[in-house]
Amino acid sequence: MKIQDLVQETNTALFANKSRTFLTVLGIVIGIASVIIMLAIGKGAQNEIQSSINSLGSNLLTVIPGTSRGGPSGTGTGGKPLTIADANAIRDKILLVDEVSPELTTRSQVVAGAQNINTTITGIVPEYQKIKSIDMEIGIFITEGQNRNFSKVAVLGPTVRDSLFGIDSNPVGQKVRINANTYTVIGVTKSKGGSGFSNPDDMIIIPLSTAAQYLSGGDSLSSISVTTVETEDLKQVEKEIEELLLERHAIRNRDPELADFSTFNMADLSEAAASVTGIFSLLLGSVAGISLLVGGIGIMNMMLTTVRERTREIGLRKAIGARSKDISNQFLLESVLITCIGGIFGIILGVGVAQLITLSGILTTSVSLFSIILALGVSAIIGIGFGYYPARRAAKLNPIEALRYE
Amino acid sequence: MNMISLKNIKKDYSSGDLTTKVLHGISFDIQEGEFVAIMGPSGSGKSTLMNILGLLDTPTEGDYILDGKNVSSLSDDEQARIRAQKIGFVFQSFNLLPRTSVLRNVMMPFIYNKSEHLSTKEREERAKKALSAAGFPENRWHNLSSHLSGGQIQRVAIARALVNNPVLILADEPTGNLDSKTSDIVLKTFQELNRKEGRTIILITHEHDVAAYADRCIIIKDGVISEN
Repeated sequence: MKIQDLVQETNTALFANKSRTFLTVLGIVIGIASVIIMLAIGKGAQNEIQSSINSLGSNLLTVIPGTSRGGPSGTGTGGKPLTIADANAIRDKILLVDEVSPELTTRSQVVAGAQNINTTITGIVPEYQKIKSIDMEIGIFITEGQNRNFSKVAVLGPTVRDSLFGIDSNPVGQKVRINANTYTVIGVTKSKGGSGFSNPDDMIIIPLSTAAQYLSGGDSLSSISVTTVETEDLKQVEKEIEELLLERHAIRNRDPELADFSTFNMADLSEAAASVTGIFSLLLGSVAGISLLVGGIGIMNMMLTTVRERTREIGLRKAIGARSKDISNQFLLESVLITCIGGIFGIILGVGVAQLITLSGILTTSVSLFSIILALGVSAIIGIGFGYYPARRAAKLNPIEALRYE
Repeated sequence: MNMISLKNIKKDYSSGDLTTKVLHGISFDIQEGEFVAIMGPSGSGKSTLMNILGLLDTPTEGDYILDGKNVSSLSDDEQARIRAQKIGFVFQSFNLLPRTSVLRNVMMPFIYNKSEHLSTKEREERAKKALSAAGFPENRWHNLSSHLSGGQIQRVAIARALVNNPVLILADEPTGNLDSKTSDIVLKTFQELNRKEGRTIILITHEHDVAAYADRCIIIKDGVISEN
């Protein structure tokens, strides 16, 4: 049987019952499209989560006082606090470190004129701007000189500015009162949007020295942020910081189990998030896979009906010289053709819907080449898999009985 | 020259322990260019004989020599190949493809005949020649098979049987579903094919009137030849 004969016979058969063929193709279209859409949503969500983690800094490592290993937690439970000296030691002694930013965070009442809010006050050093990738909307960031001089200057987050001075106003040069001291506003940061743990927009930034002097009255820190030049160095740096601080804090036997501080890095967080989103994608994909399976069963159903309806025709074809292989090839090609047509339209529909979701602004979906190849491969396999049994059944028909079939 | 030579053909069907003997040793020869009717009442075994002659079934015992070749024990695929090249079937129930043009119905056997590689144009030429030989009116060549009368349908089926130039045409009750007038036309068509083109035709029937069109009659009763 020549290829073009086979294709022509198959076309004729498929067009003979257009509505049934159409509905069966539709089943596959929906199955393939939903696989592509679900994978695109999964991938999009994964990208979104990763990028918001990366916006926190992918090579960022944070040291906080207290332990997260089940022992006594918090700063005041016996362990030594993290100090500016610790931060300096990290900067000076560990080679792979890029920037070190000691931070001191408290909450306080803030007054400007008649406005009065409660917000986060963070004492920082100028490196903070680079580590947290802060851009200025108006004015300037805290300088090294201001930090050295215990200057009472403040950089406002946009939310704080909006509450105290009015939306989109320029407060540079205005005064705010924090804890009985008056600070001069020197700048407003650009909005970053809430990203996970804290809202960088709802915050007032002042020099670390000033915060230590007037707000906390000591040099214990809330946290030390450390960046490395290369993301790959993160684990090594984390280990070295741990060893350094265990020594500086005179922990018995330098046993990490007894540490009075904890470290965590963005790489671990990002890995954890990746595994969560991976499971999420798998879940979505398998739901879509079920609809594809149902589509495949639809094909099998159609093919079995076709074989029954065309029993006499099969008998005739065998009588005039068709071999079993010719018959099974013809039916197999029919089901493969249905799935391939369904696969192509499914890809078009899936990509289209994924684009619509992106355009609607709910989520930036991402259709991967992998999911398209997967969808095409799966549809071909479904065509062969679900077409095989009906095709075998057709091929095995005894021509004598098939010709007599009513 | 013997086109067909059957030697002591036996056929048993067994289901479980029960064995039914249908043919008890049938022998006859058919010459090239003969028009033979095989007659018998229903249950006589003539359908089984026709299936064996048409290579749709294999005999349990005995030899079947077709066109100089012993074909009594071939594999399914080899049988299919010989059916495609040497035998043309005409069935009682026509068995045309519905929703398909007359021409394409007639061209269908080319799909399965591996020995000839014809272009679509050559195939069409051959199909048109076969349709003319079967006396099918030219103005309906492109009609759908479902829009034809019974006599026309059977002529299409005859043309389909002719198109591969088979050495043998097997017609199984070709007029069973036709009225007497159209039967006459169809049977005359067979006669003409036999006389003008020298085709070897075997006609299987249970009616004497139909068998009368043939030159020779083989009568089967209870699995044996009762008259030749």
